[in-house]
Amino acid sequence: MSFISYLINGISLGSVYAIIALGYTMVYGIAKMLNFAHGDVIMVGGFTIFFAVSMQGLPPVAGILLAVVLCTLLGITIEYIAYRPLRQAASSLAVLITAIGVSYFLQNMALLIFGANTKAFTSVVTVPAIKLAEGQIMISGETIVTIISCIIIMIGLTLFINKTRAGQAMLAVSEDKGAAQLMGINVNGTISLTFAIGSALAAIAGMLLCSAYPSLTPYTGSMPGIKAFVAAVFGGIGSIPGALIGGIVLGIIEILGKAYISSQMADAIVFLVLIVVLLVKPTGILGKKIQEKV
Amino acid sequence: MKGLKLNKNVKDNLITYGIVIIAYVIMQIMINTGHISSLLQGLLVPLCVYVILAVSLNLTVGILGELSLGHAGFMCVGAFAGAFFSRYMEDVIEVSLLRFVIAIIIGAISAGIVGFLIGMPVLRLRGDYLAIVTLAFGEIIKNIINVLYVGKDSSGIHFSMKDSMSLGLTEDGDVIINGAQGITGTPKDATFTIGIVLIIITLVVVLNLIHSRDGRAIMSIRDNLIAAESIGINITKYKLMAFSISAALAGMAGVLYSHNLSSLMATPKNFGYNMSIMILVFVVLGGIGNIRGSIISAVILTLLPELLRGLSNYRMLIYSVILIVMMLFNWSPKLINLRKKYSLRRLFKKTGEVR
Amino acid sequence: MKKKVVSLLLAASLVTAMLSGCGNSGSSDAGTESAGTEEEADDAQQTQTDASNAEEGSDETPAEGSGETYKIGAIGPATGGAAVYGIAVQNGADLAIKEINEAGGINGSMIEYNFQDDECDNEKSVNAYNTLKDWGMQILVGSTTSGCSIAVSAESANDNLFQLTPSGSSVDCIKNDNVFQVCFTDPNQGVGAAQYIGSNGVAEKVAVIYDSSDVYSSGIYEKFAGEAANQPFEIVSSEAFTADNKTDFSVQLQKAKDAGAELIFLPIYYTEASLILTQANAMGYEPEFFGCDGLDGILNVENFDTALAEGVMLLTPFAADAEDEATKSFVSAYEAAYGDTPNQFAADAYDAVYIIKAAIEQSGAAPTDSASDICDKLKAAMTEISVDGLTGEAMSWEAGGAVNKAPKAMEIVDGNYSLIQ
Repeated sequence: MSFISYLINGISLGSVYAIIALGYTMVYGIAKMLNFAHGDVIMVGGFTIFFAVSMQGLPPVAGILLAVVLCTLLGITIEYIAYRPLRQAASSLAVLITAIGVSYFLQNMALLIFGANTKAFTSVVTVPAIKLAEGQIMISGETIVTIISCIIIMIGLTLFINKTRAGQAMLAVSEDKGAAQLMGINVNGTISLTFAIGSALAAIAGMLLCSAYPSLTPYTGSMPGIKAFVAAVFGGIGSIPGALIGGIVLGIIEILGKAYISSQMADAIVFLVLIVVLLVKPTGILGKKIQEKV
Repeated sequence: MKGLKLNKNVKDNLITYGIVIIAYVIMQIMINTGHISSLLQGLLVPLCVYVILAVSLNLTVGILGELSLGHAGFMCVGAFAGAFFSRYMEDVIEVSLLRFVIAIIIGAISAGIVGFLIGMPVLRLRGDYLAIVTLAFGEIIKNIINVLYVGKDSSGIHFSMKDSMSLGLTEDGDVIINGAQGITGTPKDATFTIGIVLIIITLVVVLNLIHSRDGRAIMSIRDNLIAAESIGINITKYKLMAFSISAALAGMAGVLYSHNLSSLMATPKNFGYNMSIMILVFVVLGGIGNIRGSIISAVILTLLPELLRGLSNYRMLIYSVILIVMMLFNWSPKLINLRKKYSLRRLFKKTGEVR
Repeated sequence: MKKKVVSLLLAASLVTAMLSGCGNSGSSDAGTESAGTEEEADDAQQTQTDASNAEEGSDETPAEGSGETYKIGAIGPATGGAAVYGIAVQNGADLAIKEINEAGGINGSMIEYNFQDDECDNEKSVNAYNTLKDWGMQILVGSTTSGCSIAVSAESANDNLFQLTPSGSSVDCIKNDNVFQVCFTDPNQGVGAAQYIGSNGVAEKVAVIYDSSDVYSSGIYEKFAGEAANQPFEIVSSEAFTADNKTDFSVQLQKAKDAGAELIFLPIYYTEASLILTQANAMGYEPEFFGCDGLDGILNVENFDTALAEGVMLLTPFAADAEDEATKSFVSAYEAAYGDTPNQFAADAYDAVYIIKAAIEQSGAAPTDSASDICDKLKAAMTEISVDGLTGEAMSWEAGGAVNKAPKAMEIVDGNYSLIQ
């Protein structure tokens, strides 16, 4: 019995990783950059909802909308100021470093505005928990909402990329920026759009992360951000279904590792499994094989 | 003219050594005449640590061309190995310099071995996947150190991965590595002079490697792996060579770090991925593959937060802004063009002789 | 090449800035710090520019106190994950110093105050200490966290500078004879908690959830587990979490539940504890919870459903809701000045300043004495004084540095702390 409840806990945790990983993998797939600030955009989303709903008393829907709008604008601004000037830079590492700078900036800005005290986030999810086997096993409302959101977002993103002109433009940009430009695609606009969508997803992830684990500090986003990045790599970074699978697998490994091996070594176990997976399948579970040309 | 050109490398290296030695002499003069603040004096050894880390990571990132996010893990191995030795031998070897030198060697070798063991399986991954695997190893190392308990008593050394009670030490026992509480009371053997000597050693190793036959082989892997393989370069061997040397040097920096502070703990702050990323920031800001740049940017970025102390609570905010601005200034193609247009050298060229 | 020149220029300018900083001699802005964080920042900035007057004081000890003021420095994390504790110490000490200055200072001399950020990093803490030394610090309140305190105590012992750590609870903090503690030591808390649970028969089966990557938490856990062997209860499950893995506690709680624990001992900070309480409630598990002083503050987590904390017991020296006059006036003054409810760290720092005041008055150390002389005098005085503070009545010290005070066992009833007799 306890195994099943561990498994369900793993899926709950994994679904949170998955929803963050979706944003990561989306930006990586198109813009080919690791956006280390993604976790901190999630934190901004969480704080916006906290501010709107818990402090100003707005209805949750308004709070979520506000967070989505604000994070979208934030994402576009960050891209414009910190990433765009370096797109043609000699090394792709340069933009990784500015992303870290942005991450520090957002954390410290939140620290100055909201202070260092922990805030308890009121869950905006009102779906009741499902209880099975006389209450021995419980699936929380947050988990249900998170998993459903993950699936909707995954399908939505896949449809968007494959069926719309803007989505096709994104694919083209991710394949070859130069050629896309020659075909009349607005590369800057497309990448801005990618960041806008990625950041909007971050706002939703922020809402779900903070609903599931209701404590909010300026550093709330950074650690789940890194874990989600690992999950995205697990699933094959750039692959949208991969992010979902990677996230959930990571969550399950983490919980089972804690439960059956050692709670002190949970991180080491997760990372060890990651290494083994990557050594067997160097581009992740659903990653594309890269053909190297001379 | 041709002779001069041939010696360009030598000249370049001499400038690098020169900068280090001049910096050392200036600092020594300042210390001896008392014109130095306690803050700066306290920062001298950390500066050496970060310079060594930056230069050694540059070997992996700049020369080998692989992104590593686990450099702090090697530093951690070196720091704990070295500090353990010093604590263990504190009563046996009385001469602190001798003890410290042995500790450095032990730290460097153990980090090098760990680097070698990790490098063997993972170096066949490429790009971001290698980055994430090195990050993972760094975190694993930190995690293991946090649950490692080692103590000594009259009957020898005891290990445990659970807690210090299960070491079963006798009354006179001494817990040396106490899990998350780390090692306390490491003798403070690190000095600025030793730090500078270690920087010079690092530079000699790295610069000589770069300009040797092996170094050219390593760089050929970076520039084109398939072409390098096709002319018979042993990819695995050279990758491992660069990676382990880089790890060993990081371990050396770790020993220096651990002997500068009386308490050593593996926290996310000093040995986690944050630190690995910070070292990467030094390397990228200074110019990938540019050893001198690494030294300068490590010094600037270590001093910067201290200089910004006057800003009180706005300190880290301003630090992040400066970091972003410096990155844009150093790397943005537009700004680079702009700088070229208005550079001093160009102005000089206009007025005077054209070379 | 151009890049290098620019970098060099940058480096040069930074170094010059640093050196010229040393050249300035300090003009003091003693005791005129006005309220409000904006101005405080400015003040600190000013202090900083005047700071490193180490022109002549470069050697071991800072120069003789410049003028008629005591210079008290404080160190703690003002940024980073542990910022909440450092900022509390910053404000708590600030409040006490303002009060003392308004009331006419110590023996008529004002106090100057300077707080430095250490980001909860041992190395940065030593940097902060050196910065304060350059400023001319005579007495140190700090560091806030155990690891940093240990690192700094090696330096302060070398300089023979009096150090009083408000909240560094490890025994290693007070190894040197110039360092004293305001808070309980970890062993004291761990053993105390085990004895309390045992002698009051609170529970027979106990589970522990602790942070194995944290000095404070693992320190208490060890002593608790050691003492538990002598007590009439049994530890049925002890599970850890780490700094990188502290959002999901379902496994730890499930194990405690499966083992049939009636009580969960939480030697951790309240941020994680609030999550544990929430998650235990969500899974319908209702054991008793028992914590140490790190748990204090849980009722002040903004927006936290305090009903979850109902019945939680903790051994803590301070509670912001206590009814006595001293606590009430401290809490209201703190809230007015900083817009936050003070936690135990703020109270410890507040007490630290008053303890220093008492020790100075006892010993007659003058502001014009050197830091080393002040240290010698205060060391002797510390063992002679007894201070009634927010965090304990009749606190006294052994020469070793540990404090003698009685822990108070509190229980949360109706969203308030109430003393268990």
